[in-house]
Amino acid sequence: MLDLVREYDVLGAFWVTVQLTVYAAVGSLVIGTVIAILRVSPVRIFSWAGAMYVNVVRNTPLTLIVFFLFFCLYQLLGWHLAPLSARSSTHAFVWGVVGLSLYHASFVAEALRSGINTVGVGQAEAARSIGLDFGQSLREVILPQAFRGAIAPLGNTMIALTKNTTVVSTIGVAEASYAMKNAIEFSPNVLYLIFAVMSLGFVVLTLPMGVLFTQVSRRLAVQR
Amino acid sequence: MASEPLVELVSVNKHFGALHVLKDINLAIAPGEVVVVIGPSGSGKSTLCRVINRLEGIDSGTITIDGVPLPAEGKELAKLRAEVGMVFQSFNLFAHRTILQNLTLGPVKVRKVAPAVAKEQALALLDRVGVRDQAEKYPAQLSGGQQQRVAIARALALNPKVILFDEPTSALDPEMVGEVLDVMVALAKAGMTMVVVTHEMGFARKAADRVVFMADGQIVEESDPETFFTKPTSARARDFLGRILTH
Repeated sequence: MLDLVREYDVLGAFWVTVQLTVYAAVGSLVIGTVIAILRVSPVRIFSWAGAMYVNVVRNTPLTLIVFFLFFCLYQLLGWHLAPLSARSSTHAFVWGVVGLSLYHASFVAEALRSGINTVGVGQAEAARSIGLDFGQSLREVILPQAFRGAIAPLGNTMIALTKNTTVVSTIGVAEASYAMKNAIEFSPNVLYLIFAVMSLGFVVLTLPMGVLFTQVSRRLAVQR
Repeated sequence: MASEPLVELVSVNKHFGALHVLKDINLAIAPGEVVVVIGPSGSGKSTLCRVINRLEGIDSGTITIDGVPLPAEGKELAKLRAEVGMVFQSFNLFAHRTILQNLTLGPVKVRKVAPAVAKEQALALLDRVGVRDQAEKYPAQLSGGQQQRVAIARALALNPKVILFDEPTSALDPEMVGEVLDVMVALAKAGMTMVVVTHEMGFARKAADRVVFMADGQIVEESDPETFFTKPTSARARDFLGRILTH
């Protein structure tokens, strides 16, 4: 088993998976929050745009989004997000993070919206009645409570994101499943071991995340 | 009344779909006046309260606060809302903030008062409504009566020109109604302009300058409390009083 881990640099591959997860988590949380705010905005065109984003992106396969970004925007149109001199694997990594962020932002937005829905109408009315404007009401009253109510569903999204990073192996990012594919090809005699090691790697990443999110959501729960 | 009205509603109409909830309402409230609005449920009295700070929009008519017409949605409206305090039936304290933070949020964010000053004023207000020792707790840790007193203090923290009370004691356990009404009576005595939607006839008798009786979206009768409770002129009011005062 140690031989396998060493030969295919499984630890290095999982480190790439972790990096993809962290960057895409930050990206999707930022974009998702913006989308969620658009969705609950009283301005109709904004809420329409937010709903449109969620419905289009959520219902598009992640592979398709990643392929579109990488092959159309990067290779065909030559949009560079990394310095031109960077290695092609770096370009693939950056576009992979963008794809994962855009895709999971739709789920983050929905999780936040469900969190916003747990905040009673009375909270928003009270915020307005003391003279807070729309932005202040969101910042000071609605979103802090919505985030707390959304922690559990956000945890689900982040776990799904961790596993979905395997999709970007298709554009050549050397993350965990990329190493797995190599191992299967060149060491088919230890096939079961390969699967065991890989699934163990993901369990090690996601299980603590689940525990953490559950604990945090319990600790921060708003008493009503 | 000699002075300019502080709050004035002229020919205000509002519909909820096909339901005509406010029918051509005219009402002028003088500075320092305490107006109690009573009436059967569904009469539009809560809606009347909520249109005054535009938590509900109106279909036609005008509402002016201290001579300024109520602006449409936006910064101007937010500024004006700070002049009109509101106390809700279900308290609506900010659940994720301490009692003290509930009081300082408005002054700090809207009035740009320095946090230290706002805190001092907040503590004084909490003292006034008798819950100063609860300042560091969260709303859910307080009783309903305490929460509602905090809600009144939160409204007061912005130095509003008028405070609207939307059935402030209806969600309370009976033994807590008194403590909230005491605060409201003290406020009325101190000269605060108040619009109070309530079923508490005792409060109306004790503190109101005027009773407005609503039914089916209209103001059916308005008079001083003594006249209203002893010699109501309309059949609707007699019927309503007969039903609530007999048991």
